[in-house]
Amino acid sequence: MLTVILVLVPLFAIFAYLVYRGFGSINWAFLTQTPKPVGEAGGGMANAIVGSAFILALASILGVPVGVGAGIYLAEYGRNRFGDVIRFTADVLNGVPSIVIGIVAYSIVVLTQKHFSALAGGVALAIMMIPTITRTTEEMLLLVPQALREAAYGLGIPRWRTTLSITLRTATSGVITGIMLAFARVAGETAPLLFTAFGNQFWNLKVNEPTAALPLQIFTYAISPYDEWHRQAWAGALVLIILIVTAVAAVRFAVRRGTFGAA
Amino acid sequence: MFFSALPRPDMPVPQPVEATKVSDLHPAGRGRNEPFLRGARGETGDRIFKVAMLLCGVAVLATLVLIVYELVLRSGPSWHAFGFKFFAGHDWDPVSEQFGAMPFIYGTLVSSLLALLIAVPLSIGVAVFTTEMCPQALRGPLSFFVELLAAIPSVVYGLWAIFILVPLLSSYVEPFLSRTLGWTGFFEGPPYGISMLAAGIILAIMIIPIISSITREVLMVVPQHQREAALALGATRWEMIRVGVLRNARAGIMGGIILGLGRALGETMAVTMVIGNRPEIAKSLFAPGYTMASVLANEFSEATGDVYLSALIEIGLALFLVTIVVNALARLLVWTVTRGQPSRANA
Repeated sequence: MLTVILVLVPLFAIFAYLVYRGFGSINWAFLTQTPKPVGEAGGGMANAIVGSAFILALASILGVPVGVGAGIYLAEYGRNRFGDVIRFTADVLNGVPSIVIGIVAYSIVVLTQKHFSALAGGVALAIMMIPTITRTTEEMLLLVPQALREAAYGLGIPRWRTTLSITLRTATSGVITGIMLAFARVAGETAPLLFTAFGNQFWNLKVNEPTAALPLQIFTYAISPYDEWHRQAWAGALVLIILIVTAVAAVRFAVRRGTFGAA
Repeated sequence: MFFSALPRPDMPVPQPVEATKVSDLHPAGRGRNEPFLRGARGETGDRIFKVAMLLCGVAVLATLVLIVYELVLRSGPSWHAFGFKFFAGHDWDPVSEQFGAMPFIYGTLVSSLLALLIAVPLSIGVAVFTTEMCPQALRGPLSFFVELLAAIPSVVYGLWAIFILVPLLSSYVEPFLSRTLGWTGFFEGPPYGISMLAAGIILAIMIIPIISSITREVLMVVPQHQREAALALGATRWEMIRVGVLRNARAGIMGGIILGLGRALGETMAVTMVIGNRPEIAKSLFAPGYTMASVLANEFSEATGDVYLSALIEIGLALFLVTIVVNALARLLVWTVTRGQPSRANA
């Protein structure tokens, strides 16, 4: 069918160009150096790569426990009106444009701290991760057969212990998949970082300082008028996608092996 | 639901025959001789756990409330200064502190509708192809590929649009359009490439995976006998798809389209990179424009002065409200189809 070809051509073109332009531009300096001033050749995005990982780690620390907890609440205690309210809220949150989340993180964190910071970026991304994690966790927990819970109760195990060591454990790989889905979604987010993490030309691993992030750097370089920066933007885009895919694949692999080991 | 079968936590717990077997279930419990079940302890644990999980759930609710609260609070100064005229005003002049959001609202609407115009037929085509006529061997890779596209960050789409799409538009597509359709007035002016048209196209590429994956889901729940009945009445394959499948699924497809619209309205980066960022309302699609999300992305961190900042936040509030309405509508429609019954009011 013609439509399929029409759709696949631009999509394929995106991939092809990304790989072609990206691989042509990645080199050792790109991965190990900080940006050079305009006009100087060389330099790289090492600080942005590390900065992205740092902000994402902050976001995961803040977002994952809350998201999983809310999912547990919905699956185990949330079969009521209040549960429906939270379910609906999570769906609404999922649809909030990322730039609006950025504004909120700005007014909560940046305005109180009086400066841009990695923490503000982490908060923004965490808010974006929570609804996805909540809904997938709930779905995965509901897939666990009721008989398993009943067996645990029959053995006299308290309910909280059953939830944590039986139900959640059975659903681990599904829950982790949900977390990685949320992670992959926010890893490439630029809009909420524009006025929270803000970007930085230098190394930073302090929670309270502006921090560089890969998507931000790609954006800045892409709209700049310099060829050298364009080249680096392509390389950055390729590195970003490779990092996202590897992170997701690595965690899924580890989880799969882990659950087989325990079984 | 089967959840009513859950034993209540306050029920008397029968003592296990062999306590060690129970603790074996969890490595942490192994080798401890103390009976790890004692009624009181379990109950306290249950209560603490339930409260902790409840807090997480409430946090989700609180986040949304906080978003609304912050947006409303901080857009106050602009609301007081301009009132409803804010949304009708055409001037965006930070220097003299005159703010009107009309050009941005216009840009957001036009670019999103343009994206739908391009994306809807294509994504329905893809969905129909993968569910109804695709050879089995191709089905998996095709849907995998389409799903993969949903994972590409929007800044990467933007990057591609700047360096591939825009030059393509300015040297081939736009001259062609202005030659053939220039008389309509929608395709006139110099073909710079950076334009409302470019924004619409890149948005279309970005929402195709969303619309087509939801449409596919909806098409798959159309009962097989509907197809067979249509075929039995002598319908051709195309008639079968049109009457037996698409008509049955139209509410769900509509939901998918509106969900795509929600994404297009809020999309920031890719649009900012190609739309030209000029707060003007022009009839021609070749002219640069500006969207609500892009003005936030470009001007928020440089906004000086309270009114300027709060005018931007008011745009954010408007964007937030619109996307919520759009998303709620979409979910309602998708649920109606996939659950086979009218959704509850709070869907």
